[in-house]
Amino acid sequence: MVEVNGTPVRVAEGDMVSTAVALAGDSAFRVSVNGEPRGPLCGMGICFECRVTIDGRAHCRACQTPCRPGMQVWTDARQDV
Amino acid sequence: MPDKTFEVLVVGAGPAGLAAACCASEAGRRTAVLDDNPAPGGQIWRGEGRRSSSPQAAYWLDRLRRSRAEVLCGVRVVADAGPGALLVDRDQDFFEVRYNTLILATGARERFLPFPGWTLPNVIGAGGLQALVKAGLPIVGQTVAVAGSGPLLLAVAAFLKKRGARVVLIAEQAPFPRLVRFGLGLMTEPAKLREALRLRWQLGGIRYRTGCWPLAAKGDDRLRGVTFSDGRKSWKQSCDYLACGFGLVPNLELPSLLGCEIRNGAVRVDEWQQTTIAGVLCAGETTGVGGLELALAEGQIAGWSAAGRHEHARALFGERARALRFKESLDRAFALRDELKTLVEADTLVCRCEDVPFHRLHKHESWRAAKLQTRCGMGPCQGRVCGPAVEFLLGWRVESVRPPILPIPLGRLAGRD
Repeated sequence: MVEVNGTPVRVAEGDMVSTAVALAGDSAFRVSVNGEPRGPLCGMGICFECRVTIDGRAHCRACQTPCRPGMQVWTDARQDV
Repeated sequence: MPDKTFEVLVVGAGPAGLAAACCASEAGRRTAVLDDNPAPGGQIWRGEGRRSSSPQAAYWLDRLRRSRAEVLCGVRVVADAGPGALLVDRDQDFFEVRYNTLILATGARERFLPFPGWTLPNVIGAGGLQALVKAGLPIVGQTVAVAGSGPLLLAVAAFLKKRGARVVLIAEQAPFPRLVRFGLGLMTEPAKLREALRLRWQLGGIRYRTGCWPLAAKGDDRLRGVTFSDGRKSWKQSCDYLACGFGLVPNLELPSLLGCEIRNGAVRVDEWQQTTIAGVLCAGETTGVGGLELALAEGQIAGWSAAGRHEHARALFGERARALRFKESLDRAFALRDELKTLVEADTLVCRCEDVPFHRLHKHESWRAAKLQTRCGMGPCQGRVCGPAVEFLLGWRVESVRPPILPIPLGRLAGRD
């Protein structure tokens, strides 16, 4: 179990944070400098479009970070509102 | 973590890096392989440790375990730390890894080309969507269009179908006659032909259209549909995801930082996979994108030659030469058509990190000038996405890598002494 924007999400062993955010119903992970919604592009840690805040640490790549029980994930898309 | 020292250090745990690490370690050298990803296997064998489907992946991952090479995963190379040392970061813990011989197997990434709507959520790389699904993204019942270029599109479509996606179209930009010549070429390569027939079988009824590409992606907060063109007519296709990549480009940041000579967009190596920098070898897609067999052959050659086992390395020269011929036929078949340069419109964003549109870029005469004036390529991805795009669109040479090669908190660098 992890939390995405305060909502509990059930994930499977080995799932990445990108999966948890998608399961929470978000296709936008961050907001661009001009305010556009953005989601993952490369899936392999290169584009930084999937960056989220994990346990208080900003700019973590959701697609490269495995879920750990109790993890708190915030997407910029929700945090800035 | 305390600093570490190895005789042979391999960067990248994809097929080339795994093969290199196995050979060097089996030859008795104290060897480590490090990778940014949470598990070894690279992109092609991502998730194979968790859910195995490829006997070849199982063979190499098992051989790696038996070789006793040390595997350092979730480790990013940050900078060159002087001769024979790299500064690396694992989960905000910085340490040095020292080596006598370095083997670079940094692999490749997808080339993305900008077109209207390509920044919408759910427009994802072809390999990108495959990686996200392997990482657990639910895809059952989702409608997916696959587009771009290269054999990867077929592998991705077959994978997504197997995982329960509704794949409605594979749009390959290369024209049909070129692909026919390529297909006929496969007749002399029984292993490749078997692979192609197996894919054909798995793809079942999915429509594979050649000479066809995306014009625009439409949606609101996420993708709703894509307009495709075959150069004569255009049509709309509704979908939940567009999986789109225009071939692969080598990851050259680390080799460039170390001063290795780059030629024609790839690291230049000799017959022993030696780069122009002493003690630094290179193998796999980084020396030119050529697929799995070439990566495995080059990786083994690099591993054996790093350990001084030149007779073992030489025994693989024939295999490498065969794989190189296949690479050349791939390059010919899937060369990108000029029409793709006209997809970008004046207000289409090219740099996604800094939101720089095309009209602010094309008036500059070089990558460097555009960076200085627009901040293009200066966001967190450091030009990894927009660089290959502008190389194709504007013919610019994209270079000048500076440490740190991935973003890290400044305090971390300052605090380290």
